[in-house]
Amino acid sequence: MVQLRDLVRRGPWEWEIPTTVRSDMRVPVRIFAGRELLEAITGDAALEQAVNATALPGVVGEVLVMPDVHQGYGFPIGGVAATELPSGVISPGAIGYDINCGVRLLASKVEHDAARGAIDDLASTLDAACPSGVGRGGRLKLNDSDLEHVCREGGEWARSKGFGTVSDTARTEEGGFLDGADFSSLSHRARERGRPQMGTLGAGNHFIEVEVVDEIFDHDAAWVMGFDEGCLTVMIHCGSRGFGHQVCTDFVKSFQGAVKKYRIPLPDRELVCAPLDSPEGEAYEGAMRAAANYAFANRQVLAHFAREAFAETLRGRASNTHLHQVYDIAHNMGKIEEHVIAGKRQRVCVHRKGATRAFGPGFNGLPPEYRPIGQPVLVPGSMGTASWVLVGTEKSQERALGSCCHGAGRTMSRRQAKRSINGSELRRELEARGVTVRAGSMPGLAEEAPAAYKDVDAVVAAVVGAGIARKVAQLRPVAVIKG
Amino acid sequence: MDRSNQGHREVEHTADWELEVWGPNMATLLEEAARGMYELMAVEVSDELRRHRGVEMRADDREQLVVSFLDELLFLAEAEDLAFDCFLLKVEDTQLVAHLEGGFIVARSKEIKAVTFHGLEIGSSGEGLRTRVVFDV
Repeated sequence: MVQLRDLVRRGPWEWEIPTTVRSDMRVPVRIFAGRELLEAITGDAALEQAVNATALPGVVGEVLVMPDVHQGYGFPIGGVAATELPSGVISPGAIGYDINCGVRLLASKVEHDAARGAIDDLASTLDAACPSGVGRGGRLKLNDSDLEHVCREGGEWARSKGFGTVSDTARTEEGGFLDGADFSSLSHRARERGRPQMGTLGAGNHFIEVEVVDEIFDHDAAWVMGFDEGCLTVMIHCGSRGFGHQVCTDFVKSFQGAVKKYRIPLPDRELVCAPLDSPEGEAYEGAMRAAANYAFANRQVLAHFAREAFAETLRGRASNTHLHQVYDIAHNMGKIEEHVIAGKRQRVCVHRKGATRAFGPGFNGLPPEYRPIGQPVLVPGSMGTASWVLVGTEKSQERALGSCCHGAGRTMSRRQAKRSINGSELRRELEARGVTVRAGSMPGLAEEAPAAYKDVDAVVAAVVGAGIARKVAQLRPVAVIKG
Repeated sequence: MDRSNQGHREVEHTADWELEVWGPNMATLLEEAARGMYELMAVEVSDELRRHRGVEMRADDREQLVVSFLDELLFLAEAEDLAFDCFLLKVEDTQLVAHLEGGFIVARSKEIKAVTFHGLEIGSSGEGLRTRVVFDV
C-alpha cells in the first residue's frame, strides 16, 4: 500500500510518487490534492492502482491522479494516463466498462421561483419520460442497421432522427461522435445488449438532476454558456449501458491472450492491454469508439425526452421553457490527442477513467463561442450537494494532459453506506432540504448518499488551487431522479 | 448436501462490490460465486415456469473460468431475464460443463456492469479454494 511518506510535495496542490517507490514504475504519479483530501485518498488502494498504471508499456509523462480519485478495478477512478503512438498500449480496464460514461448539462431561462410549485410534477414527468433502472429497455428498439448508424454517427444519428439540434452536437465533446468506429469488431452479444437500451438511464450512480444556478463566479463565461442566476438546469449522467459493458468485457477477456502474445508483464490482470498498432489494439479502439458513439447518442435521446418533460410540465409558468445545451463531456474514454510531454509535442492515447477532458482556451476542437474561455468541465456533486461548472485552463494543458476531476468521488464503501444509512430516511432528509427524490430502490439510494462521497467543494478547491480549472458557476439540486 | 466448507461474503470496496468466495473445489467455488453475485444484485427468481440451461466453456486458467462463468450469468440475466438457483457443475481442469435450473427474474434492484479480473487469484489450502471477485457497479 502506498503511504503518505512515499509522497513528495511538489506544490501546495501537487504531490508526486517518484519512480523509486517501486521497481516496475516507468513514470512518476502526479496527484492533485490538498493535504486533507490526500489523507482521504490514501485510505484505499487508489494510489496503489495508480502506481500499477505506471507499468503500462509506452506510458509517458506522469500518471495523473485527480482529487476525487478512489479505488476502482485495475486503474483508479480519477486517473489519467497517456501512452505514446504508435507502439504504446491501449488498456480497456484503464477506460472502464461504462465506455463514455459522461455528463450533459442543459440550461433554461425558467426561474426557480416561477417553477417552485411544479418541481414535484417535473421530477415525476422526467422519471416517467426517461426510462431508468436495472437492465431496463427503452422506448426505442433499434434494429442492426440502426445500431450500426448509432455506432458510426453517435449524437449525429440522434439529431438526424429528430432528437436534437445542430447546436447540441456542436456543444458535445468531439461534436458528439468519434471517427473510426468499427462495427465489425463488435460481438453478437454487444449488439444484442445495445439494441433495446438506447435512450435509457440505467441504474447505480446514474441520474438526472434538476438544479438551480446558485452562484456565478465568472459572469463572462456564464453568459457565453447561457446561465442566469436563479434559473433551472437539467443534468444527465449516464453512459453506453450494456452495450459498452459488453464491449469492455469482450476485450478484457481477449486481451488476456494479447498480453501473453506481446509479452507484457503487468501487476494486475485488469490492466490487460495491447499495442495501439497491433490488430488487437486497433480492434478494441474501433469497438470502444462505437460504444462511445452509442453513449453520445444515448445522452442526446435522453436530453430530448427531458426537454419534452420540462416543456410539458412548465408550460404556462414561463414564456420560454427551452433547455439549451451547455456541454456534454465524457469521463471514461481513450482518445488520441496531441500534448507537449517533457518538452516534446507528441501524439498519445490519453486514457481517462473517472476524469474529464479539460482543454484550455484556444483549442480548435471547441465550438467557436467556447474557444476564448476554455472547455466547460461539468462536475456533478454527490446527490443533494452542489454541482459545479468549471472551464479548462492553459495550466490543465501543461500539467494535467488537458484533464480535470469528474465528480465528488466515493469515500465510503457501498456496503458501509447500506449499513449506516437508511434510504427512506435519507429521502425524507433530502426532501426536507428542498430536494425532491425519485429513486428505483431505497437501498440503492442509500448507497449513493452524500455521506458516501467526498466533499465536492473541496475537490473543486483542489483543481482550482492547482490551476487546472477555473470556476464558472455553482448549481444547487432541487430534484434528483436516480436509476 | 454438506455446505459447511463453502460460502461467500461481501467485503468492503470503496466504489464497487467485492465478494470473497470459498469451497472445496472449483465447482463449489463457481456455485458460491454465482449465488453471491445474485445476492449482490438482489435477484428474486420466480418459482413458476422453471427454466434449464446448459453451459459449456473452456478457459485458459481457473481465474478466467470464474470470470467467464459469471459473465455468462450476467448476460442471461440481462438478455433473457433468467437467474438460477440450482447448479450442477462439473469442472475438469479449466473446462466447465454446467446444468443450470432457475426461472425468470421477478425483481432485481442492483446493477452489476461487469465481472473484473482485478486482484483475482484462486488460492489453495488444505480446506479447498478461496478467491475474491470485484464487480464493476
